[in-house]
Amino acid sequence: MALLEICNLTKSFGDFAAIDKVSFSVEAGEFFTLLGPSGCGKTTLLRLIAGFDAPDTGQIILDGMDITQLPPEKRPIHTVFQSYALFPHMTVADNISFPLKMSGELPAEIKARVKQALNDVQLTKFGHRFPQELSGGQKQRVAFARGLINRPQLLLLDEPLGALDEKLRVDMQRELIKLQKDSGITFVFITHSQNEALALSHRIAVMNHGTIKQIDTPSQIYNFPDNYFVANFIGKINSLNAQVLAITDQQLELEVTGLGVVKVLSKEAVNVGAQGVIAIRPEQVTIKYYSTPEEAVDGFLGKVKDFLYVGDVTTYLVQLPNGACIEALTPNATPGRTQFFNIGDPVVVNWEYASGKFLKNEA
Amino acid sequence: MARNSIALWVAAILVYAFLYIPLIIVVVYSFNDSRLNAEWVGFTLYWYKALFNNTEMLTAARNSLIIAVSASLLATVLGTMAGLAIHRYKLKVLPILAFTPLAIPEILLGVALLLFFLQVLNLTLGMLSIILAHTVFCIGFVAIIVRARLQGMDESIFEAARDLGATPWQTFHQITLPLIMPAVVAGALMSFTLSIDDFVITFFVKGVGEPILATQIYTMIKVAVTPEVNAISSLLMLLTLIMIIIATRFDSSMLQGGSKQ
Repeated sequence: MALLEICNLTKSFGDFAAIDKVSFSVEAGEFFTLLGPSGCGKTTLLRLIAGFDAPDTGQIILDGMDITQLPPEKRPIHTVFQSYALFPHMTVADNISFPLKMSGELPAEIKARVKQALNDVQLTKFGHRFPQELSGGQKQRVAFARGLINRPQLLLLDEPLGALDEKLRVDMQRELIKLQKDSGITFVFITHSQNEALALSHRIAVMNHGTIKQIDTPSQIYNFPDNYFVANFIGKINSLNAQVLAITDQQLELEVTGLGVVKVLSKEAVNVGAQGVIAIRPEQVTIKYYSTPEEAVDGFLGKVKDFLYVGDVTTYLVQLPNGACIEALTPNATPGRTQFFNIGDPVVVNWEYASGKFLKNEA
Repeated sequence: MARNSIALWVAAILVYAFLYIPLIIVVVYSFNDSRLNAEWVGFTLYWYKALFNNTEMLTAARNSLIIAVSASLLATVLGTMAGLAIHRYKLKVLPILAFTPLAIPEILLGVALLLFFLQVLNLTLGMLSIILAHTVFCIGFVAIIVRARLQGMDESIFEAARDLGATPWQTFHQITLPLIMPAVVAGALMSFTLSIDDFVITFFVKGVGEPILATQIYTMIKVAVTPEVNAISSLLMLLTLIMIIIATRFDSSMLQGGSKQ
């Protein structure tokens, strides 16, 4: 049975539905991420789970118990806030011991557990300091230690890495994965950063406009997006307008305006005549020279319009005969390689049959 | 640029001179060895000695202290609650209700309170009526200072406390109260100085019984302005100054009208 079950949850502010009939479940021990652009409702959802706000309708069930009506202090759920929310008038040790004091642990037990927790986050020598005397990364670790010390059934994390600089963020990501693994506590993590979501999570729920667009593992979300929003929000994607011509076994025949017929794998049910796009990741597009049209049988002819060299890879922007542009990402794995194609070069672009996906337009 | 800044300096010095020279003269002449405030004769502490032998003045001072302590305690408790409420419930009418007594002309508040005490509460005027009246106009000051401090704070701190297992009451006395304590103390000290210095409202609601410092000074002036008045005024000024300094030490944001960093 799932640890956390969200059933038909709705929360409106005035006319605006921040959360619109959202349902999903999180398994025990999972690192689950709510990912979406700002304003998509992920923070509202977290506040409902933590108990800071009450939903209009729906239920929140934790470990088989309906906690929808419980105040935050009665829920075995702790939150790590984006601003860390450390108590400024308490030392690091007092901050970390706060949940234990609230649940009435004995002083000797508290002392031992705080010592262990400080050790776990490599802050052994910082127990007597005040939060304002710590760096951003140290505050972050105190916030994690405080959230985990009481071993909550669920830890909510509200963009906890957002305020850190790039280098520190990558280090903290590793630390976070380790913390989750070692503690075995279920994490529900909120972020607007797709990289963070892909790197950390066991499963991701992609949100937009108060609804969940797709829930799946990082690689499934990246490779098999269910809809255009997910495809476009997670990573870069090329999209070419297309219409369904014919449906055969596991396969769609698409008419791409101005280019011709393309075949793709069919994942979900669509009807003949449906409008949509073919979506292909730039790193799955291959690009090569051609001299005679015969060489271009298995691909589309185009011209290099622009390129962007960023060290490890080069992105080529290729203009197709129908006017649309397609991006191809090529790794610069060979030493000394600078650039293979020049602006204006005639090239042929192609992709493997399985890389293209048809995503129908949303009504 | 240079001329501008010289002009600014001159203007600033003139403004401060205008504010403080009368006060300095009062203090200086409290040490004057003469019955009259007219010319400087020589240094003496005679008027301070006379003051401490004036039993009526001592009674007035004691009464004023009792009133100031009681009113500031009451106003601090009620004003802190008002400040918290104004911060938490974003009702537009709440700040207006709490801050209006600060803006109303004192004479109006004095008359209104007098009528209220006599006609509605049927109260005998005296210490109690003065304490209540002073509490009324001090609440707003405490509320402003407490709210200003709350506005500068990260709201998620209070949510974090609840989240980590504290009841609303535990959150208040372990997190909220310690964090707003500087503002609460500053508000109490401000209330104390406002109460001890107040004349207009006190004049209306004091009745005829107990002598009060501010009205006692006024009575003395009506007879003759002796350096004894200068002496008691200087002492009052000193007390107020000390309170203000302590109050601003506790909460420096108080002086910035709530626009805390």
